[in-house]
Amino acid sequence: MSTIFDYEFMRNAFYACTIVGIVSGAVGYFLVLRGQTFAGHALSHVGFPGATGAGLIGLSPFLGLTVFTIAAGIGIGLLGERAHRDVAIGIVLTLSLGLGLLFLHFYTAFASQATNVLFGNVLGISLRTVIVLAVLAVAILAALVLIARPLLFASLQPELAEARGVPITLVSTLFMVLVAVATSEAVQIVGVLLVFALMVAPAATALRLTSGVAAGVLASIALAVVIAWISLSLAFLTDWPTSFWITALGAAAYVISGMARRSASAPEARLAEGNP
Amino acid sequence: MNAIEFDKVTLTYGGRRVLSDVSFSIPQGAFIGLLGANGAGKTTMLRAILGLIKPAGGAISVLGKPPTRGNAAIGYMPQARRALSDVGISGLDFVLSAVGGHRWGWPVPSSAEKEAAWKALQAIGATDLARRPLGELSGGERQRILIAQSLIGDPQLLLLDEPLISLDAAHQRAIIDLVHEIGERLGIAVLFCSHEINPLLRAVDRVLYLGNGKAAIGSVDEVISGPVLSKLYGTHINVVRVAGRIFVMADDVELESGAHVHDL
Repeated sequence: MSTIFDYEFMRNAFYACTIVGIVSGAVGYFLVLRGQTFAGHALSHVGFPGATGAGLIGLSPFLGLTVFTIAAGIGIGLLGERAHRDVAIGIVLTLSLGLGLLFLHFYTAFASQATNVLFGNVLGISLRTVIVLAVLAVAILAALVLIARPLLFASLQPELAEARGVPITLVSTLFMVLVAVATSEAVQIVGVLLVFALMVAPAATALRLTSGVAAGVLASIALAVVIAWISLSLAFLTDWPTSFWITALGAAAYVISGMARRSASAPEARLAEGNP
Repeated sequence: MNAIEFDKVTLTYGGRRVLSDVSFSIPQGAFIGLLGANGAGKTTMLRAILGLIKPAGGAISVLGKPPTRGNAAIGYMPQARRALSDVGISGLDFVLSAVGGHRWGWPVPSSAEKEAAWKALQAIGATDLARRPLGELSGGERQRILIAQSLIGDPQLLLLDEPLISLDAAHQRAIIDLVHEIGERLGIAVLFCSHEINPLLRAVDRVLYLGNGKAAIGSVDEVISGPVLSKLYGTHINVVRVAGRIFVMADDVELESGAHVHDL
């Protein structure tokens, strides 16, 4: 294993996975708690034409991706309940992928990178990108800490939060912007199509295993980081794609946590049925 | 001082007139059943009392003042729209989220906030549920946690939106008795919203019945009678009393407000 860190691209990959794991774990926890996991999925899809379009006009794909996901995040946040329409979401998602395909058609030189945008390429991350990821991560986490209280309240009891004077549209829009930037970061590791694996699987697993907010967020972060690290190591050993390992380990963690919770809570649940 | 006063109030929801020209008053300390079929405007009325929507006409007074959003004197339990069964949050953390949830920052509760949450849990005798995740609680236990959350901040008025929904008859009785007892102990008015009449019959002081944009208030016998409801709905209504239960029928169709078949 010690040879892994002899390669600069592996060191960068570990740095990137650590940073993105922390961000995805923390943001993903609230995303799952709010029942908005598909918003994260949708944002990354909308980012695809942003990335390919930016490439087409000579800008950084990461920049284009982030701008598009933020715009989509603000849109989802302002629409609120009205954004939960599966047909409309499906049409926007396919239109986004279609547009991205069109931009690739006009900019064939970029086509070789399309797989990287769609499925991620953590082994191709430069130190400069790692630094950008770190700066954005600090900003996301700082903003998340700032809005966490009203965000938690509005996530658990939106109507009560509204009645108590919490600006719920502002809070949910700010949160969707954080999700957008976090999604752009996660795309660097797992690509547009597999963002769910880093943003949702560790967080959903953590929510099953914990009962406190702080413990849940920490467990979610730890799971995301550990899954990414193990995946990188397995990718190094097997030469299979890192993104595959992240999806496989995320799914395994989710399934195992479900079985663990069921066996742990079964006697209590039977007991609870008799009580009002 | 009255807890709630409506003076010729008209409320609209989505362009539709839900209540027109409704007047009534509710004295402090009264336990009121807010009845009416689904869509009769019960939730809209609660939202107007909370100051979340402005009346299209008339004036509302809540504890002697016009309604304002964020009024800490009102305890509110919204209708559960989301199954909280998948939420990995303990009862205590859930109640705590409402304490100081309007402030910015990371939710590390101060000792005063923890005390407020425990006090609310103690008020409904649910401290034993504090450490358990919501997902592991039964429907009745989860409802008690929601009621505890509504008691945060020592409210002078309690608005409960459909606390009986998806509970069986025994748990419905337990929740009604609990809320009744809390209202009497704290000396505060309770507006208890339900689309079912029968579970509430024993406990309420008065009923406020919404239908067809109008409202009738009074004792159960005064309001839930053929003539009063016929006038409210503008069509012939029969009220049938069988073995201590009430059924409200329009022609041969039982109105949803009176229906409680699965409880028999």
